[in-house]
Amino acid sequence: MATLEVKNLCKDFHVREGGNRRILNAVQDVSFELVPGGTVALVGQSGSGKSTVARMIAHLERPTSGQVLLDGAPAPTRGRGVHKYRSQVQMVFQDPFASLNPFHSVGHHLERPLRLHGVATSKADVHAHVIELLERVQLSPGRDFLARRPHELSGGQRQRVAIARALAPQPSVLIADEPVSMLDVSIRLGVLNLLARLQREEDLAVLYITHDLATARHFSDRIMVMYQGEVVEDGAPDDVILRPQADFTKRLAAAAPEPARNERMIAAASRYAKDTTNDR
Amino acid sequence: MAELITESIAVRADAADEEPDDSQRRRGRSAFWRRLLTPKFVVGAVVVLLIVLFGLIGPLITQDPNAIDNIGLSSPSGAHPLGTTSVGQDVLAQLAHSTRGSLTVGVLVAAFTLGLSAFFGIIGAYIGGITDEGFSLLSNVMLVIPGLPLVIVIASYVESQSVLLVIVVLALTGWAAGARVLRAQTLSLRNREYVLASRVAGERTWRVICVEILPNLLPVMSSGFVFGIVGAVLAEAGLSFIGIGATGSLTWGTMLADAQNGQALLFGAWWWFAPPGLLIAALGAALSLINFSIDEVINPKLRTTNIAKVERRTKREHQS
Repeated sequence: MATLEVKNLCKDFHVREGGNRRILNAVQDVSFELVPGGTVALVGQSGSGKSTVARMIAHLERPTSGQVLLDGAPAPTRGRGVHKYRSQVQMVFQDPFASLNPFHSVGHHLERPLRLHGVATSKADVHAHVIELLERVQLSPGRDFLARRPHELSGGQRQRVAIARALAPQPSVLIADEPVSMLDVSIRLGVLNLLARLQREEDLAVLYITHDLATARHFSDRIMVMYQGEVVEDGAPDDVILRPQADFTKRLAAAAPEPARNERMIAAASRYAKDTTNDR
Repeated sequence: MAELITESIAVRADAADEEPDDSQRRRGRSAFWRRLLTPKFVVGAVVVLLIVLFGLIGPLITQDPNAIDNIGLSSPSGAHPLGTTSVGQDVLAQLAHSTRGSLTVGVLVAAFTLGLSAFFGIIGAYIGGITDEGFSLLSNVMLVIPGLPLVIVIASYVESQSVLLVIVVLALTGWAAGARVLRAQTLSLRNREYVLASRVAGERTWRVICVEILPNLLPVMSSGFVFGIVGAVLAEAGLSFIGIGATGSLTWGTMLADAQNGQALLFGAWWWFAPPGLLIAALGAALSLINFSIDEVINPKLRTTNIAKVERRTKREHQS
Protein backbone atom coordinates (compact mmCIF):
# COMPACT_ATOMS: atom_id res chain seq x y z
CA MET A 1 0.00 0.00 0.00
CA ALA A 2 1.28 3.34 -1.01
CA THR A 3 1.56 6.66 0.69
CA LEU A 4 1.04 9.84 -1.25
CA GLU A 5 2.81 12.92 -0.12
CA VAL A 6 2.20 16.43 -1.34
CA LYS A 7 5.01 18.88 -0.71
CA ASN A 8 4.77 22.67 -1.06
CA LEU A 9 2.42 22.40 -4.01
CA CYS A 10 1.80 25.68 -5.86
CA LYS A 11 -0.20 26.49 -8.97
CA ASP A 12 -0.36 29.82 -10.75
CA PHE A 13 -2.75 30.59 -13.56
CA HIS A 14 -2.22 33.37 -16.03
CA VAL A 15 -5.43 35.32 -16.29
CA ARG A 16 -6.12 37.90 -18.96
CA GLU A 17 -8.40 40.69 -17.85
CA GLY A 18 -9.05 43.05 -20.72
CA GLY A 19 -5.62 44.09 -21.88
CA ASN A 20 -3.54 43.34 -18.81
CA ARG A 21 -2.39 39.96 -17.64
CA ARG A 22 -2.18 39.00 -14.05
CA ILE A 23 -1.18 35.92 -12.15
CA LEU A 24 -3.72 34.09 -10.04
CA ASN A 25 -2.21 32.05 -7.24
CA ALA A 26 -4.75 29.25 -7.25
CA VAL A 27 -2.83 27.04 -4.84
CA GLN A 28 -0.09 28.25 -2.53
CA ASP A 29 2.26 26.02 -0.65
CA VAL A 30 -0.01 23.10 0.20
CA SER A 31 1.54 20.08 1.93
CA PHE A 32 -0.04 16.97 3.35
CA GLU A 33 0.25 13.22 3.43
CA LEU A 34 -2.26 10.50 2.58
CA VAL A 35 -1.67 7.23 4.41
CA PRO A 36 -3.31 3.87 3.70
CA GLY A 37 -6.66 3.61 5.44
CA GLY A 38 -6.68 7.31 6.31
CA THR A 39 -8.89 10.08 5.02
CA VAL A 40 -7.87 13.69 4.73
CA ALA A 41 -10.66 16.16 4.10
CA LEU A 42 -9.97 19.29 2.09
CA VAL A 43 -12.66 21.84 2.86
CA GLY A 44 -13.18 25.21 1.26
CA GLN A 45 -15.53 27.37 -0.72
CA SER A 46 -15.74 27.48 -4.52
CA GLY A 47 -12.57 28.84 -6.04
CA SER A 48 -10.45 28.13 -2.99
CA GLY A 49 -8.16 25.89 -5.01
CA LYS A 50 -9.20 22.54 -3.61
CA SER A 51 -10.15 21.07 -6.99
CA THR A 52 -6.90 22.33 -8.47
CA VAL A 53 -5.03 20.35 -5.82
CA ALA A 54 -7.01 17.27 -6.86
CA ARG A 55 -6.25 17.83 -10.53
CA MET A 56 -2.55 18.22 -9.86
CA ILE A 57 -2.49 14.97 -7.91
CA ALA A 58 -4.46 13.22 -10.67
CA HIS A 59 -1.98 14.53 -13.25
CA LEU A 60 -4.47 16.70 -15.11
CA GLU A 61 -2.62 19.90 -14.26
CA ARG A 62 1.07 20.50 -13.90
CA PRO A 63 2.12 22.09 -10.60
CA THR A 64 3.95 25.40 -10.94
CA SER A 65 6.22 24.30 -8.13
CA GLY A 66 6.26 21.69 -5.43
CA GLN A 67 6.10 17.96 -5.63
CA VAL A 68 3.77 15.01 -5.48
CA LEU A 69 5.54 11.96 -4.05
CA LEU A 70 4.25 8.42 -4.28
CA ASP A 71 6.02 6.19 -1.76
CA GLY A 72 8.78 8.77 -1.54
CA ALA A 73 9.44 8.87 -5.28
CA PRO A 74 8.45 11.97 -7.29
CA ALA A 75 5.42 11.39 -9.53
CA PRO A 76 6.59 10.89 -13.12
CA THR A 77 5.59 13.59 -15.59
CA ARG A 78 5.67 11.70 -18.89
CA GLY A 79 5.78 8.31 -20.56
CA ARG A 80 5.01 4.90 -19.10
CA GLY A 81 5.65 6.22 -15.63
CA VAL A 82 2.48 8.30 -15.72
CA HIS A 83 0.48 5.21 -16.63
CA LYS A 84 1.95 3.34 -13.69
CA TYR A 85 1.27 6.27 -11.38
CA ARG A 86 -2.34 6.33 -12.56
CA SER A 87 -2.83 2.69 -11.70
CA GLN A 88 -2.03 3.74 -8.12
CA VAL A 89 -3.79 7.09 -7.94
CA GLN A 90 -7.37 7.40 -9.16
CA MET A 91 -9.99 10.11 -8.97
CA VAL A 92 -13.76 10.36 -8.61
CA PHE A 93 -15.17 13.48 -10.23
CA GLN A 94 -17.70 15.90 -8.87
CA ASP A 95 -20.50 15.73 -11.39
CA PRO A 96 -21.78 12.22 -12.16
CA PHE A 97 -23.89 13.70 -14.96
CA ALA A 98 -20.76 14.94 -16.72
CA SER A 99 -18.16 12.35 -15.79
CA LEU A 100 -19.64 9.50 -17.83
CA ASN A 101 -19.56 9.71 -21.61
CA PRO A 102 -23.18 9.81 -22.84
CA PHE A 103 -22.14 7.81 -25.88
CA HIS A 104 -20.78 4.77 -24.07
CA SER A 105 -22.35 2.00 -22.00
CA VAL A 106 -21.65 1.41 -18.33
CA GLY A 107 -19.74 -1.71 -19.36
CA HIS A 108 -17.40 0.28 -21.59
CA HIS A 109 -16.59 2.71 -18.78
CA LEU A 110 -15.44 -0.13 -16.55
CA GLU A 111 -13.80 -2.34 -19.18
CA ARG A 112 -11.36 0.28 -20.38
CA PRO A 113 -9.45 0.87 -17.12
CA LEU A 114 -9.42 -2.89 -16.46
CA ARG A 115 -7.75 -3.54 -19.81
CA LEU A 116 -5.51 -0.46 -19.73
CA HIS A 117 -3.99 -1.41 -16.42
CA GLY A 118 -3.77 -5.10 -17.14
CA VAL A 119 -6.09 -6.09 -14.30
CA ALA A 120 -7.89 -8.40 -16.70
CA THR A 121 -7.01 -9.34 -20.26
CA SER A 122 -9.24 -12.11 -21.61
CA LYS A 123 -12.81 -11.24 -22.54
CA ALA A 124 -14.35 -13.55 -19.94
CA ASP A 125 -12.00 -12.24 -17.28
CA VAL A 126 -12.87 -8.62 -18.05
CA HIS A 127 -16.57 -9.45 -17.99
CA ALA A 128 -16.27 -11.13 -14.60
CA HIS A 129 -14.33 -8.18 -13.21
CA VAL A 130 -16.86 -5.66 -14.49
CA ILE A 131 -19.73 -7.57 -12.87
CA GLU A 132 -17.77 -7.81 -9.64
CA LEU A 133 -17.03 -4.07 -9.66
CA LEU A 134 -20.68 -3.21 -10.25
CA GLU A 135 -21.81 -5.40 -7.39
CA ARG A 136 -19.16 -3.97 -5.09
CA VAL A 137 -20.69 -0.53 -5.59
CA GLN A 138 -24.12 -2.02 -4.90
CA LEU A 139 -25.36 -2.01 -8.46
CA SER A 140 -26.73 -5.50 -8.50
CA PRO A 141 -27.40 -7.58 -10.39
CA GLY A 142 -24.41 -6.19 -12.28
CA ARG A 143 -25.45 -7.91 -15.50
CA ASP A 144 -28.47 -5.59 -15.78
CA PHE A 145 -26.30 -2.48 -15.78
CA LEU A 146 -23.69 -3.54 -18.35
CA ALA A 147 -25.46 -2.37 -21.49
CA ARG A 148 -27.12 0.69 -19.98
CA ARG A 149 -26.08 4.16 -20.95
CA PRO A 150 -25.44 6.92 -18.39
CA HIS A 151 -28.71 8.73 -19.15
CA GLU A 152 -30.64 5.65 -18.07
CA LEU A 153 -29.20 5.86 -14.56
CA SER A 154 -30.02 8.12 -11.66
CA GLY A 155 -27.42 10.46 -10.22
CA GLY A 156 -26.60 8.11 -7.37
CA GLN A 157 -26.22 5.16 -9.71
CA ARG A 158 -23.97 7.18 -11.99
CA GLN A 159 -21.73 8.19 -9.15
CA ARG A 160 -21.49 4.53 -8.14
CA VAL A 161 -20.38 3.68 -11.68
CA ALA A 162 -17.81 6.50 -11.48
CA ILE A 163 -16.53 5.07 -8.18
CA ALA A 164 -16.36 1.59 -9.71
CA ARG A 165 -14.35 3.01 -12.61
CA ALA A 166 -11.89 4.63 -10.22
CA LEU A 167 -11.51 1.34 -8.35
CA ALA A 168 -10.99 -0.70 -11.53
CA PRO A 169 -7.19 -0.25 -11.76
CA GLN A 170 -6.98 -1.34 -8.10
CA PRO A 171 -5.47 1.92 -6.87
CA SER A 172 -4.16 2.59 -3.43
CA VAL A 173 -4.92 6.31 -3.40
CA LEU A 174 -8.34 7.74 -4.22
CA ILE A 175 -9.07 11.42 -4.78
CA ALA A 176 -12.77 12.17 -4.30
CA ASP A 177 -13.53 15.64 -5.64
CA GLU A 178 -16.85 16.62 -4.04
CA PRO A 179 -18.28 13.17 -4.77
CA VAL A 180 -21.73 13.91 -3.38
CA SER A 181 -22.24 17.63 -3.94
CA MET A 182 -24.31 17.05 -7.08
CA LEU A 183 -26.49 14.34 -5.57
CA ASP A 184 -29.84 14.52 -3.82
CA VAL A 185 -29.47 14.89 -0.08
CA SER A 186 -31.32 11.60 0.43
CA ILE A 187 -28.71 9.54 -1.40
CA ARG A 188 -25.57 11.38 -0.28
CA LEU A 189 -25.12 9.34 2.83
CA GLY A 190 -25.45 6.07 0.89
CA VAL A 191 -22.66 7.05 -1.49
CA LEU A 192 -20.44 8.31 1.34
CA ASN A 193 -20.98 5.13 3.36
CA LEU A 194 -20.10 3.13 0.26
CA LEU A 195 -16.87 5.09 -0.12
CA ALA A 196 -16.05 4.55 3.54
CA ARG A 197 -16.71 0.81 3.29
CA LEU A 198 -14.59 0.44 0.15
CA GLN A 199 -11.83 2.37 1.87
CA ARG A 200 -11.86 -0.05 4.80
CA GLU A 201 -11.91 -3.08 2.51
CA GLU A 202 -9.06 -1.86 0.29
CA ASP A 203 -7.10 0.08 2.86
CA LEU A 204 -7.26 3.08 0.52
CA ALA A 205 -5.69 6.43 1.21
CA VAL A 206 -8.46 8.94 0.50
CA LEU A 207 -8.43 12.67 -0.15
CA TYR A 208 -12.02 13.81 0.40
CA ILE A 209 -12.70 17.22 -1.08
CA THR A 210 -15.89 18.89 0.05
CA HIS A 211 -17.47 22.13 1.16
CA ASP A 212 -19.52 20.38 3.79
CA LEU A 213 -17.94 20.50 7.24
CA ALA A 214 -20.39 17.99 8.73
CA THR A 215 -19.52 15.11 6.40
CA ALA A 216 -15.85 16.05 6.55
CA ARG A 217 -15.98 15.71 10.34
CA HIS A 218 -17.80 12.40 10.12
CA PHE A 219 -15.68 10.69 7.47
CA SER A 220 -12.14 11.95 7.90
CA ASP A 221 -9.20 11.74 10.27
CA ARG A 222 -7.86 15.14 9.45
CA ILE A 223 -9.39 18.31 8.08
CA MET A 224 -7.61 20.98 6.12
CA VAL A 225 -9.45 24.20 5.38
CA MET A 226 -8.43 26.08 2.26
CA TYR A 227 -9.13 29.74 1.64
CA GLN A 228 -7.98 31.58 -1.48
CA GLY A 229 -5.38 28.96 -2.32
CA GLU A 230 -3.89 28.64 1.13
CA VAL A 231 -4.42 26.13 3.89
CA VAL A 232 -5.68 28.26 6.75
CA GLU A 233 -6.49 25.51 9.21
CA ASP A 234 -5.22 21.99 9.60
CA GLY A 235 -5.89 19.47 12.34
CA ALA A 236 -8.07 16.76 13.84
CA PRO A 237 -11.75 17.11 12.80
CA ASP A 238 -13.08 17.94 16.25
CA ASP A 239 -10.39 20.55 16.86
CA VAL A 240 -11.03 22.25 13.55
CA ILE A 241 -14.78 22.38 13.95
CA LEU A 242 -15.22 22.92 17.68
CA ARG A 243 -12.19 25.16 18.25
CA PRO A 244 -11.57 26.92 14.94
CA GLN A 245 -8.54 29.20 14.92
CA ALA A 246 -8.68 30.93 11.56
CA ASP A 247 -11.27 33.58 10.83
CA PHE A 248 -12.54 31.78 7.75
CA THR A 249 -13.08 28.50 9.59
CA LYS A 250 -15.03 30.30 12.29
CA ARG A 251 -17.32 31.79 9.70
CA LEU A 252 -17.64 28.44 7.93
CA ALA A 253 -18.55 26.65 11.15
CA ALA A 254 -21.03 29.36 12.06
CA ALA A 255 -22.67 29.13 8.64
CA ALA A 256 -23.55 25.47 9.12
CA PRO A 257 -27.22 25.04 9.97
CA GLU A 258 -27.69 24.10 13.59
CA PRO A 259 -30.92 22.32 14.53
CA ALA A 260 -31.09 23.77 18.06
CA ARG A 261 -30.72 27.33 16.81
CA ASN A 262 -33.36 26.72 14.15
CA GLU A 263 -35.85 25.59 16.78
CA ARG A 264 -35.19 28.73 18.76
CA MET A 265 -35.78 30.79 15.65
CA ILE A 266 -39.02 28.99 14.81
CA ALA A 267 -40.21 29.46 18.38
CA ALA A 268 -39.38 33.16 18.23
CA ALA A 269 -41.15 33.53 14.90
CA SER A 270 -44.32 31.84 16.09
CA ARG A 271 -44.29 33.96 19.27
CA TYR A 272 -43.98 37.04 17.11
CA ALA A 273 -46.84 35.87 14.87
CA LYS A 274 -49.08 35.27 17.91
CA ASP A 275 -48.28 38.71 19.33
CA THR A 276 -49.10 40.50 16.10
CA THR A 277 -52.44 38.67 15.72
CA ASN A 278 -53.35 39.50 19.33
CA ASP A 279 -52.60 43.14 18.71
CA ARG A 280 -55.17 43.40 15.97
CA MET B 1 -53.47 19.33 -20.31
CA ALA B 2 -53.50 19.29 -16.54
CA GLU B 3 -53.07 15.55 -16.50
CA LEU B 4 -50.22 15.83 -18.96
CA ILE B 5 -48.36 18.17 -16.66
CA THR B 6 -48.87 16.12 -13.53
CA GLU B 7 -47.83 13.08 -15.46
CA SER B 8 -44.61 14.65 -16.62
CA ILE B 9 -43.88 15.70 -13.06
CA ALA B 10 -44.47 12.15 -11.91
CA VAL B 11 -42.05 10.87 -14.53
CA ARG B 12 -39.45 13.36 -13.38
CA ALA B 13 -39.91 12.29 -9.79
CA ASP B 14 -39.35 8.71 -10.89
CA ALA B 15 -36.14 9.76 -12.58
CA ALA B 16 -34.85 11.19 -9.33
CA ASP B 17 -35.46 7.83 -7.69
CA GLU B 18 -32.75 5.21 -7.56
CA GLU B 19 -34.50 2.89 -10.03
CA PRO B 20 -35.44 4.47 -13.37
CA ASP B 21 -38.55 2.98 -14.92
CA ASP B 22 -38.79 1.10 -18.17
CA SER B 23 -39.87 3.95 -20.39
CA GLN B 24 -36.66 5.76 -19.52
CA ARG B 25 -34.54 2.79 -20.42
CA ARG B 26 -35.92 2.78 -23.93
CA ARG B 27 -34.76 6.30 -24.67
CA GLY B 28 -31.31 6.88 -26.11
CA ARG B 29 -30.02 5.96 -29.50
CA SER B 30 -33.37 4.66 -30.72
CA ALA B 31 -34.90 7.97 -29.62
CA PHE B 32 -32.39 9.76 -31.85
CA TRP B 33 -33.73 7.88 -34.85
CA ARG B 34 -37.34 8.25 -33.81
CA ARG B 35 -36.93 11.99 -33.50
CA LEU B 36 -35.07 12.11 -36.80
CA LEU B 37 -37.89 10.37 -38.67
CA THR B 38 -39.90 13.51 -39.35
CA PRO B 39 -41.84 14.01 -42.60
CA LYS B 40 -39.11 16.45 -43.62
CA PHE B 41 -36.45 13.80 -43.24
CA VAL B 42 -38.45 11.11 -45.02
CA VAL B 43 -39.16 13.32 -48.04
CA GLY B 44 -35.51 14.42 -48.23
CA ALA B 45 -34.20 10.89 -47.87
CA VAL B 46 -36.55 9.48 -50.52
CA VAL B 47 -35.57 12.15 -53.05
CA VAL B 48 -31.86 11.65 -52.36
CA LEU B 49 -32.28 7.90 -52.61
CA LEU B 50 -34.05 8.20 -55.98
CA ILE B 51 -31.31 10.47 -57.35
CA VAL B 52 -28.58 8.14 -56.09
CA LEU B 53 -30.32 5.10 -57.58
CA PHE B 54 -30.66 6.94 -60.89
CA GLY B 55 -26.95 7.75 -60.80
CA LEU B 56 -26.05 4.15 -59.95
CA ILE B 57 -28.37 2.21 -62.23
CA GLY B 58 -29.11 4.77 -64.97
CA PRO B 59 -25.72 4.59 -66.74
CA LEU B 60 -26.05 0.80 -66.98
CA ILE B 61 -29.33 0.78 -68.87
CA THR B 62 -29.24 3.94 -70.96
CA GLN B 63 -27.59 4.45 -74.33
CA ASP B 64 -24.10 5.74 -74.94
CA PRO B 65 -24.18 9.38 -73.79
CA ASN B 66 -21.57 10.49 -76.31
CA ALA B 67 -22.97 8.72 -79.39
CA ILE B 68 -23.57 11.39 -82.02
CA ASP B 69 -26.60 11.20 -84.31
CA ASN B 70 -27.89 13.36 -87.09
CA ILE B 71 -31.21 14.03 -85.36
CA GLY B 72 -30.10 17.12 -83.44
CA LEU B 73 -32.43 18.85 -80.97
CA SER B 74 -35.31 16.42 -81.31
CA SER B 75 -37.97 16.72 -78.63
CA PRO B 76 -38.77 13.84 -76.26
CA SER B 77 -39.90 10.72 -78.10
CA GLY B 78 -40.00 6.93 -77.70
CA ALA B 79 -36.42 6.46 -78.88
CA HIS B 80 -35.10 9.38 -76.83
CA PRO B 81 -37.30 9.82 -73.72
CA LEU B 82 -35.71 13.16 -72.93
CA GLY B 83 -34.92 14.21 -76.48
CA THR B 84 -31.48 14.85 -77.93
CA THR B 85 -28.83 17.54 -77.78
CA SER B 86 -27.82 19.70 -80.73
CA VAL B 87 -25.44 16.96 -81.92
CA GLY B 88 -27.98 14.21 -81.34
CA GLN B 89 -26.76 12.77 -78.04
CA ASP B 90 -29.41 11.14 -75.89
CA VAL B 91 -30.21 13.56 -73.03
CA LEU B 92 -31.44 10.82 -70.68
CA ALA B 93 -28.16 8.93 -71.07
CA GLN B 94 -26.23 12.14 -70.52
CA LEU B 95 -28.32 12.91 -67.47
CA ALA B 96 -27.69 9.47 -65.94
CA HIS B 97 -23.92 9.74 -66.43
CA SER B 98 -23.94 13.36 -65.23
CA THR B 99 -25.81 12.36 -62.07
CA ARG B 100 -23.15 9.77 -61.36
CA GLY B 101 -20.39 12.31 -62.06
CA SER B 102 -21.88 15.09 -59.95
CA LEU B 103 -22.65 12.80 -57.01
CA THR B 104 -19.16 11.35 -57.08
CA VAL B 105 -17.62 14.81 -57.00
CA GLY B 106 -20.03 15.90 -54.26
CA VAL B 107 -19.45 12.93 -51.97
CA LEU B 108 -15.68 12.84 -52.45
CA VAL B 109 -15.27 16.58 -51.89
CA ALA B 110 -17.50 16.45 -48.81
CA ALA B 111 -15.49 13.50 -47.46
CA PHE B 112 -12.12 15.20 -48.04
CA THR B 113 -13.45 18.45 -46.60
CA LEU B 114 -14.72 16.63 -43.53
CA GLY B 115 -11.40 14.84 -43.11
CA LEU B 116 -9.40 18.06 -43.35
CA SER B 117 -11.68 20.04 -41.05
CA ALA B 118 -11.74 17.21 -38.51
CA PHE B 119 -7.94 16.98 -38.57
CA PHE B 120 -7.29 20.70 -38.19
CA GLY B 121 -10.26 21.45 -35.96
CA ILE B 122 -10.29 18.57 -33.51
CA ILE B 123 -6.58 17.84 -33.13
CA GLY B 124 -5.65 21.51 -32.80
CA ALA B 125 -8.30 22.18 -30.19
CA TYR B 126 -7.53 19.05 -28.18
CA ILE B 127 -3.76 19.45 -28.07
CA GLY B 128 -3.93 23.20 -27.60
CA GLY B 129 -0.90 25.46 -27.26
CA ILE B 130 1.19 26.26 -30.30
CA THR B 131 -0.40 23.50 -32.42
CA ASP B 132 -3.81 25.05 -31.89
CA GLU B 133 -2.47 28.52 -32.65
CA GLY B 134 -0.92 27.28 -35.90
CA PHE B 135 -3.92 25.28 -37.02
CA SER B 136 -6.40 28.02 -36.30
CA LEU B 137 -4.20 30.61 -38.02
CA LEU B 138 -4.15 28.37 -41.07
CA SER B 139 -7.90 27.87 -41.05
CA ASN B 140 -8.51 31.58 -40.56
CA VAL B 141 -6.30 32.36 -43.54
CA MET B 142 -8.08 29.74 -45.64
CA LEU B 143 -11.39 31.20 -44.51
CA VAL B 144 -10.68 34.69 -45.81
CA ILE B 145 -9.24 33.53 -49.14
CA PRO B 146 -12.21 33.77 -51.49
CA GLY B 147 -12.87 30.22 -52.69
CA LEU B 148 -14.20 30.55 -56.21
CA PRO B 149 -11.57 32.99 -57.56
CA LEU B 150 -8.84 30.75 -56.13
CA VAL B 151 -10.40 27.75 -57.79
CA ILE B 152 -10.55 29.64 -61.09
CA VAL B 153 -6.89 30.63 -60.80
CA ILE B 154 -5.73 27.11 -59.96
CA ALA B 155 -7.96 25.47 -62.54
CA SER B 156 -6.82 27.79 -65.33
CA TYR B 157 -3.17 27.41 -64.30
CA VAL B 158 -3.14 23.63 -64.63
CA GLU B 159 -3.14 22.38 -68.23
CA SER B 160 -5.37 19.32 -68.25
CA GLN B 161 -7.88 19.23 -65.47
CA SER B 162 -8.75 15.78 -64.22
CA VAL B 163 -11.79 15.18 -62.05
CA LEU B 164 -9.42 14.46 -59.18
CA LEU B 165 -7.84 17.90 -59.51
CA VAL B 166 -11.23 19.58 -59.33
CA ILE B 167 -12.07 17.50 -56.25
CA VAL B 168 -8.79 18.36 -54.52
CA VAL B 169 -9.12 22.06 -55.29
CA LEU B 170 -12.69 22.21 -54.04
CA ALA B 171 -11.77 20.32 -50.85
CA LEU B 172 -8.74 22.53 -50.16
CA THR B 173 -10.80 25.70 -50.45
CA GLY B 174 -13.79 24.41 -48.51
CA TRP B 175 -12.58 22.91 -45.23
CA ALA B 176 -11.89 26.00 -43.14
CA ALA B 177 -15.41 26.84 -41.97
CA GLY B 178 -16.03 23.27 -40.83
CA ALA B 179 -12.71 23.25 -38.99
CA ARG B 180 -13.73 26.29 -36.98
CA VAL B 181 -17.04 24.74 -35.99
CA LEU B 182 -15.35 21.50 -34.93
CA ARG B 183 -12.65 23.41 -33.06
CA ALA B 184 -15.25 25.28 -31.03
CA GLN B 185 -17.10 22.07 -30.21
CA THR B 186 -13.92 20.25 -29.26
CA LEU B 187 -12.80 23.11 -27.02
CA SER B 188 -16.01 22.68 -25.07
CA LEU B 189 -15.78 18.86 -25.03
CA ARG B 190 -12.13 18.53 -24.02
CA ASN B 191 -12.76 19.89 -20.54
CA ARG B 192 -15.87 17.82 -19.89
CA GLU B 193 -15.37 15.60 -16.91
CA TYR B 194 -15.77 12.39 -18.89
CA VAL B 195 -12.84 13.35 -21.08
CA LEU B 196 -10.74 14.16 -18.01
CA ALA B 197 -11.90 10.91 -16.43
CA SER B 198 -10.79 8.90 -19.44
CA ARG B 199 -7.39 10.59 -19.19
CA VAL B 200 -7.20 9.67 -15.51
CA ALA B 201 -8.15 6.12 -16.47
CA GLY B 202 -5.01 6.09 -18.62
CA GLU B 203 -6.39 6.38 -22.16
CA ARG B 204 -3.92 7.47 -24.81
CA THR B 205 -4.43 10.80 -26.57
CA TRP B 206 -5.55 9.37 -29.92
CA ARG B 207 -8.04 7.13 -28.16
CA VAL B 208 -9.44 9.99 -26.12
CA ILE B 209 -9.96 11.90 -29.37
CA CYS B 210 -11.35 9.01 -31.43
CA VAL B 211 -13.42 7.16 -28.83
CA GLU B 212 -14.44 9.77 -26.28
CA ILE B 213 -14.68 13.03 -28.24
CA LEU B 214 -15.40 12.04 -31.85
CA PRO B 215 -18.72 10.22 -31.22
CA ASN B 216 -20.06 13.32 -29.56
CA LEU B 217 -19.13 15.37 -32.64
CA LEU B 218 -20.89 13.01 -35.07
CA PRO B 219 -24.16 14.98 -35.33
CA VAL B 220 -22.25 18.17 -36.12
CA MET B 221 -20.01 16.35 -38.57
CA SER B 222 -22.88 14.62 -40.35
CA SER B 223 -24.66 17.90 -40.85
CA GLY B 224 -21.42 19.41 -42.16
CA PHE B 225 -21.03 16.45 -44.52
CA VAL B 226 -24.52 16.86 -45.95
CA PHE B 227 -24.03 20.59 -46.56
CA GLY B 228 -20.61 19.78 -48.00
CA ILE B 229 -22.21 17.62 -50.69
CA VAL B 230 -24.60 20.39 -51.74
CA GLY B 231 -21.81 22.96 -51.76
CA ALA B 232 -19.49 20.75 -53.79
CA VAL B 233 -22.14 19.83 -56.38
CA LEU B 234 -23.00 23.50 -56.84
CA ALA B 235 -19.35 24.60 -56.96
CA GLU B 236 -18.51 21.94 -59.51
CA ALA B 237 -21.53 22.89 -61.60
CA GLY B 238 -20.42 26.51 -61.45
CA LEU B 239 -16.88 25.65 -62.54
CA SER B 240 -18.07 23.47 -65.39
CA PHE B 241 -20.58 26.07 -66.48
CA ILE B 242 -17.91 28.73 -66.88
CA GLY B 243 -15.83 26.17 -68.70
CA ILE B 244 -13.01 25.37 -66.29
CA GLY B 245 -14.31 22.10 -64.91
CA ALA B 246 -12.72 18.73 -65.46
CA THR B 247 -12.11 18.13 -69.16
CA GLY B 248 -14.07 15.30 -70.72
CA SER B 249 -16.20 14.64 -67.67
CA LEU B 250 -19.97 14.52 -67.59
CA THR B 251 -21.70 16.36 -64.78
CA TRP B 252 -24.81 18.46 -64.38
CA GLY B 253 -22.60 21.49 -64.78
CA THR B 254 -21.14 20.34 -68.11
CA MET B 255 -24.63 19.54 -69.38
CA LEU B 256 -25.81 23.03 -68.52
CA ALA B 257 -22.70 24.52 -70.12
CA ASP B 258 -23.27 22.49 -73.29
CA ALA B 259 -26.90 23.54 -73.36
CA GLN B 260 -25.81 27.16 -73.01
CA ASN B 261 -23.25 26.80 -75.80
CA GLY B 262 -25.77 24.99 -78.00
CA GLN B 263 -28.21 27.85 -77.50
CA ALA B 264 -30.84 25.48 -76.15
CA LEU B 265 -32.78 28.37 -74.68
CA LEU B 266 -32.93 30.14 -78.03
CA PHE B 267 -34.27 27.03 -79.76
CA GLY B 268 -36.68 26.31 -76.92
CA ALA B 269 -35.03 22.94 -76.23
CA TRP B 270 -36.20 22.81 -72.64
CA TRP B 271 -35.53 19.05 -72.40
CA TRP B 272 -31.82 19.77 -72.62
CA PHE B 273 -31.30 22.26 -69.79
CA ALA B 274 -34.32 21.64 -67.54
CA PRO B 275 -33.50 18.08 -66.32
CA PRO B 276 -29.97 18.82 -65.00
CA GLY B 277 -31.17 22.10 -63.47
CA LEU B 278 -34.09 20.40 -61.79
CA LEU B 279 -31.90 17.60 -60.45
CA ILE B 280 -29.46 20.11 -58.94
CA ALA B 281 -32.38 21.92 -57.30
CA ALA B 282 -33.96 18.67 -56.11
CA LEU B 283 -30.72 17.35 -54.61
CA GLY B 284 -30.02 20.67 -52.88
CA ALA B 285 -33.52 20.85 -51.46
CA ALA B 286 -33.58 17.22 -50.35
CA LEU B 287 -30.18 17.40 -48.65
CA SER B 288 -31.23 20.61 -46.94
CA LEU B 289 -34.37 18.90 -45.65
CA ILE B 290 -32.22 16.10 -44.22
CA ASN B 291 -29.92 18.68 -42.71
CA PHE B 292 -32.77 20.58 -41.05
CA SER B 293 -33.98 17.34 -39.47
CA ILE B 294 -30.52 16.52 -38.16
CA ASP B 295 -30.25 20.08 -36.85
CA GLU B 296 -33.55 19.78 -35.03
CA VAL B 297 -32.38 16.65 -33.31
CA ILE B 298 -29.03 18.08 -32.21
CA ASN B 299 -30.19 21.56 -31.37
CA PRO B 300 -32.99 21.45 -28.79
CA LYS B 301 -33.86 25.07 -29.50
CA LEU B 302 -35.05 24.14 -32.98
CA ARG B 303 -37.06 21.16 -31.80
CA THR B 304 -40.68 21.39 -32.84
CA THR B 305 -43.42 19.61 -30.99
CA ASN B 306 -46.42 18.17 -32.72
CA ILE B 307 -49.05 19.07 -30.14
CA ALA B 308 -51.78 16.98 -31.73
CA LYS B 309 -49.49 13.95 -31.61
CA VAL B 310 -48.64 14.52 -27.94
CA GLU B 311 -52.31 14.81 -27.04
CA ARG B 312 -53.20 11.65 -28.95
CA ARG B 313 -50.48 9.80 -27.12
CA THR B 314 -51.56 10.92 -23.67
CA LYS B 315 -55.16 10.03 -24.49
CA ARG B 316 -54.04 6.58 -25.54
CA GLU B 317 -52.04 6.15 -22.35
CA HIS B 318 -55.03 7.16 -20.25
CA GLN B 319 -57.25 4.66 -21.95
CA SER B 320 -54.89 1.77 -21.49
